[in-house]
Amino acid sequence: MTPLAGYLLVAALLFAIGLAGALTRRNAILVLIGIELMLNAANLNLIAFWRYGPHPEAMTGMMFAIFSIAVAAAEAAVGLGLVIAVHRHAQTANLDEMNRMKG
Amino acid sequence: MSVMFWVISALTVVSALGSMLLKNLVHCALLLSVTFAGLALLFLQLDAQFAGFAQILVYVGAVAILVVFAILLTRSAEAPKEGGVFSRTWLAGLAVAAAVFATVGSAVLYSVRGLPHETATPEVTVLGIGQSLMSTYVLPLEIVALLLTVATIGAVIVAMHEKPEKKIGGTK
Repeated sequence: MTPLAGYLLVAALLFAIGLAGALTRRNAILVLIGIELMLNAANLNLIAFWRYGPHPEAMTGMMFAIFSIAVAAAEAAVGLGLVIAVHRHAQTANLDEMNRMKG
Repeated sequence: MSVMFWVISALTVVSALGSMLLKNLVHCALLLSVTFAGLALLFLQLDAQFAGFAQILVYVGAVAILVVFAILLTRSAEAPKEGGVFSRTWLAGLAVAAAVFATVGSAVLYSVRGLPHETATPEVTVLGIGQSLMSTYVLPLEIVALLLTVATIGAVIVAMHEKPEKKIGGTK
């Protein structure tokens, strides 16, 4: 097995774990954590392809991963702010109980 | 494949599993930072030093702290009294995730012969990264700076305490 295949398999496993968490947990914060795990798995793919690709000196993949980290940080801040705002309004962070759009 | 790679990836995957399975959300957040640190080590194994240290700074340093703050502010550290931590439709979610992993994993395994082998270590310096950030990628850099500013202000406004007399619509 080539090293690239190992990294791709680890990234696929992390993505599946994050997806399973985002789909099955009841707490909104855990769903956000699952989304962060999926974003990180994608970053691992980008960097692995950059490292073993034909032109690593162009730095394209790593730059993509760095920008992706920045966007993911913005997403985490807004998402957790939304969870806190919803918790203040509905007194719960449980997704099964957030079933109304009217306050 | 080095032994180090398998050790780091086993640590990363096991801590990711734990952060999705544990009941106590504070334990989940701690295991999540272990996962992020393991991913940073994988980046360092891939000779992407800058991305690895950015990962440690942003994820282990900032996002994990944000997650802990959100858990404590929403008082959801203790497990809910009834119903458990998983939703009623957990079997369907697990099936979707397993299907996604089977698809992606089989795609990787089928294409393993076409994947490139070990190549020479790329010459990447922080100086080179900075120069390309200031020349080739200057427009994306500015857009990301704007995005981070807008997202920070937006997060603060969304999470800010709303005064009762100014409230628009909605009832408590």
